[in-house]
Amino acid sequence: MAHRWGMAVDLDRCTGCGACVTACHAENNIPTVGELQASRGRAMHWIRVERYFEGEFPEVSMKYRPVMCQQCDAAPCEPVCPTYASHHSEETGLNAQIYNRCIGTRYCANACPYNVRFFDFFNPVWDKPLHLQLNPDVSIREVGVMEKCTFCVQRITAATITAEAEKREVKDGEVKPACVQSCPSKALVFGDLADPESEVSRLAESPRGSKLLEDLGTAPKVTYLQGVEHA
Amino acid sequence: MSANEDRLSATLLRPLGRSGVLWYAFVAFLGTIVAAGLFAWFFQMWRGFGVTGIRWPVYWGFLITDFVFWIGISHAGTLISAILRLVNAGWRRPVTRCAEVITAFALMIGGLFPIIHLGKPWLFFWLVPYPNQRLIWPNFRSPLVWDFFAISTYLTGSLLFLFLPMIPDFALVRDRSTGMTKKIYGLLALGWRGTTGQWHRLEVAMQIMAIAIIPVAVSVHTIVSFDFSMAPVPMWHSTIFGPYFVAGAIFSGIAGLIIAMAALRSVLKLHEYLQPIHFENLGKLLLTMSLLWGYFTFNERLTAWYGNGTSEINTFQVTQGGSFAPLFWTMVLVNFVLPILILGIRRFRTITGCVIASIGIVIGMWLERYLIVVPSLAHKYLPYSWGTYSPRPTEILITVATFAAMILLYTLFAKFIPIISIWEMRAGEHPAEDLIAAAERRRLGETHA
Repeated sequence: MAHRWGMAVDLDRCTGCGACVTACHAENNIPTVGELQASRGRAMHWIRVERYFEGEFPEVSMKYRPVMCQQCDAAPCEPVCPTYASHHSEETGLNAQIYNRCIGTRYCANACPYNVRFFDFFNPVWDKPLHLQLNPDVSIREVGVMEKCTFCVQRITAATITAEAEKREVKDGEVKPACVQSCPSKALVFGDLADPESEVSRLAESPRGSKLLEDLGTAPKVTYLQGVEHA
Repeated sequence: MSANEDRLSATLLRPLGRSGVLWYAFVAFLGTIVAAGLFAWFFQMWRGFGVTGIRWPVYWGFLITDFVFWIGISHAGTLISAILRLVNAGWRRPVTRCAEVITAFALMIGGLFPIIHLGKPWLFFWLVPYPNQRLIWPNFRSPLVWDFFAISTYLTGSLLFLFLPMIPDFALVRDRSTGMTKKIYGLLALGWRGTTGQWHRLEVAMQIMAIAIIPVAVSVHTIVSFDFSMAPVPMWHSTIFGPYFVAGAIFSGIAGLIIAMAALRSVLKLHEYLQPIHFENLGKLLLTMSLLWGYFTFNERLTAWYGNGTSEINTFQVTQGGSFAPLFWTMVLVNFVLPILILGIRRFRTITGCVIASIGIVIGMWLERYLIVVPSLAHKYLPYSWGTYSPRPTEILITVATFAAMILLYTLFAKFIPIISIWEMRAGEHPAEDLIAAAERRRLGETHA
C-alpha cells in the first residue's frame, strides 16, 4: 500500500525548547558550520523553531513555530529541478532529494516558499571524536548539493522492511522521526495520512488545524494546530 | 577596381596588418583580468561555493545577474542587424557586423554562467539530453533545461548569421595575402569565387536567417525570464516578465552596441564609416527602448503595489524605499531620466551624448537584473527567513572578468576580421540598377505582380 507520511505540529504545546533541532542534527549527520559561517548564512537546520513576538511591551507574548520541509503534494521545488534530484516518491508520498543527482543549481531552494532547503557550501567536517557519532544509516552530503528534511526516511524504510518481513502493515506510531521522538511536550505527531484511523489523520481534520502558506496551493503534508484565542 | 573601392578595402583592412606595442599591452592587460576571473572560478570550485557571498535564503546573486545581463547584451546584434536587413535600411551597412559580433561573444560569456553558478559545474552535461546507459533524461519541466535549448539554438543561429556575410570578406583577404594567412582565410572563405550563383545563395541564406533569428531572439530572453516567473516567489511570478525581459535585453543591447561603435570609431579611425548619423539613428532607437522600459517597469511596479499581496508588498517596499532603494532610484535615473534628457534633446544627441547615455544604461540594466534576483529571494513568505546578500571578492572578480573578456574578444576579432563588412559597403556605394529595382519591388510587396 502506498503511504502518505505526514505530520501534525501542535503550536499550543510547543515550548520552543529546540530539542527537535538538536535531535535532527544528530540523527541526520547535519554538520554545524561554526560561528563565522553561521554569520554568513550557511547554518543548516532541517527543522528550525521560528520565534514571533506578539503585542507591545510589556504585554508581549512569544509564539514558536517549528518549520521543516512540508513534503508538499504539489511541491514547487520539484518541477524546477533540471536533473530530477528533487523528486516525488510515489511509494512514500515524500519529496525525495537525490543527493548524487543534484548538480547544485539551487533553483529548488529559490522556488521553495518555506525556505527549508539548504545548500552545502563546503564539504562537511566534524572535529574528532565527533566523527564517531555519525549515523551510519544516513549518507553524508558533499559540497555543492542541496539537502533538506527527509521525515527521517531511513527510519520509515526500516519500519516498512520490518513490517513486510512480518507480513503486516506498519502500525500507527511505529515510525517516529528524530524530532517527534525527542519532543518533550509531544507537540509533534507523525504518521500515515493514507490511513484514516491514524492519529495524524485525525489531527489533520481538526478544526484547530491549518496548513502553512496554504493559499500558495502547495498542498503541504504538515498540519499546524492552534487554538483560537477569544479576546 | 575604382580608386574609391581600393581606399575602402585599404582602410577597413588596415587593422589586420602589423600591430603596435600598445595593442599587445592592451591585450595582455585584458588577458590578465580574464585569467584572474578564471582563477576565481577555479578557487570557487576547489574550496566550495562558500567563498562567494551566496547564503540562505538568497541562493542566487551576482552570477545569475551576470547571466541575465550578458544574454540581454547579446540582443544587440540580432535585433538591430536582422530587422534593419529585413527593412533594407541603407544606413545599417557599417553597423551590422559590429552588432552581430556582440551577440556571438555576449552569448558565449552569458552561456557560461549557468555552468559557473552550479554547485558541481563538472556535471553540467546532466542538463543536456543525451542517450546514456542509466536511461535518465533531464527534467523537461525545468526552465533551466529550456535555457539550455534556447541558448544553444540562439548561439548556433547567431554564429551562422555572423559567419555568412563574412564569407566574401574572407575571400577578399585571401586574395590579397600570401602564405599561411592565405591558407587560413582561404579555408574560412569556403571556396568563394563571387559567381552570380554564389551571390544569389548568400542573399537567400541571409534572408532566411534574418527572418528565423528574430523569433529565436525573442524566445531566448522570454525563456530566461521564465527562470524567474515560473517560481512562486514574490515579484517573480509575473506574466509581464517575458516582454519586460525582451525589451530590457534590446535596450541594453543597443547601449552596448553604441559603446562598441564609438570605441571602434576612435581607435580604428573609422570616422568615415561610422558617422554621426549612425549614432543619431541608434540614439533614437535607444530613446524608444528607454521609454518602453520605463513603461514596463511602471506596469510591473504599479500592479504589485495595487495588488498589495502580503509578501509582494514587502519586496516592493524594500526595493522602493528600503535598503535597495538607492540602487533602484539609480536605475530609474540612468535607465529612464538621463536617456530622455540626453537623447530626447537634439543638441545633446551627439556621439558623446549617446555614449554617456549608453554607459549609464549598461550599468542601469545590470542593476535592474540584480534588483529582480536579490530583493525577492531575500523577502519570501515567512518573515523569519528573510535575509540579505552582499557579494564577496570571488563573484566580483568573475563579474569584472566577463567585461574584460568581452572587450578582449572584441579586440581580437577586430584584429583578424574586418569589423565593417567591406562587400556590403561596396554594394551600398555602387548599387546595381537592377538590384535597387528588385529591392524596391520587394519592399512594396509587389513580387507577385
